[in-house]
Amino acid sequence: MNEQPGALTILAVQFALMSLLAIGGANAAIPEMHRLAVDVQGWMTNKQFADTFALAQLTPGPNVIVVTLIGYHVAGIAGALVATAAMCGPTCVMTYFVGQVWEKFKEARWRIAIQAGLVPVSIGLVAASAWVIALAADHNAVAWAITAAAVIVSYFTRINPLWVFAVAAAIGVMGYV
Amino acid sequence: MTETGTSAPHSPAPSINPPDLSQLFLAFAKISLSGFGGVLPWARRMMVEERRWMTAEEFNEAFSLSQFLPGPNIVNFSVVFGSRIAGPLGAALALLGLLGPPTVIVIVLAAIYARYGDLTLLQNALAGVAAAAAGLVIAVVAKMAAPVFRTPRSPAPFVAIAAFVAIGLLRWPLLYVLAVLAPVSVALAFWRLRA
Repeated sequence: MNEQPGALTILAVQFALMSLLAIGGANAAIPEMHRLAVDVQGWMTNKQFADTFALAQLTPGPNVIVVTLIGYHVAGIAGALVATAAMCGPTCVMTYFVGQVWEKFKEARWRIAIQAGLVPVSIGLVAASAWVIALAADHNAVAWAITAAAVIVSYFTRINPLWVFAVAAAIGVMGYV
Repeated sequence: MTETGTSAPHSPAPSINPPDLSQLFLAFAKISLSGFGGVLPWARRMMVEERRWMTAEEFNEAFSLSQFLPGPNIVNFSVVFGSRIAGPLGAALALLGLLGPPTVIVIVLAAIYARYGDLTLLQNALAGVAAAAAGLVIAVVAKMAAPVFRTPRSPAPFVAIAAFVAIGLLRWPLLYVLAVLAPVSVALAFWRLRA
């Protein structure tokens, strides 16, 4: 934990903004979180960012929980709660009101166009997230091989990801990664 | 009535069997703790198959709304569903059920990491998990992208690639990239609908 003056304010403002930019969900905003936490604010190293993402994946629950971890790293429990509330607040309010009128515009062409137009944007953003996480996590051939194996297992089977994590952790503990 | 995915052959009613407030909270807490790395499949299982609180069609409609709006998808879904059951209070309870338990768990994990994160054993284990986690996200992208890249004469693949290059390779700020790319992509989609 490296608390700085104004850290809570930065967390609140940056994640509230990110909340409205995360087209495709929390996993679409990973590069932006990386840019904020590692490049701009210097809150953590690349390696710590990869660890943070891994810890979030080991926690049951929605992907947004990575934001809670970043907030905790920056400013303890207060930071965790502020970052989480900021990441969820604006979009929840927006969803609440859009949800009321959504049905009314079901057939509207502009609504269909917005929905169709945002799908490829979200795919590109999540792909960028995958790339940023892989670069932060994979520093040798074994790590890249684990990533490749996880892709294949996860794409072609319905095995619980916890098993993939268990095997990967075991290979890590043996000192190969 | 098309196939709804539930075993009930007739179910056009808006909501089949609405939950009360405590059921709502507990259901989202259970959904939240069921899955690792994203819990939307568990939401479908709970809402449509287990409790029959929504038809498959209602779920798909609420789900597409939750996906297309910015922000965490499942968080949006909890607000959409909770507000339909009991307005702002329902939305708040569903959201608290969804985020409360994992927030407590992750803070405990974070405290352990802050204390023991320097241990070589833990460092090595996490390095392995991080490499695997990257792979899981790549698999998610591959599943999302497959249908889009198969559509003939669609501008969508170019938009996806542009977003990837701008954010992943060039590391441009998300705000500026979206300010240009989102309107362009929506305009292309609109133009295609007219054609």
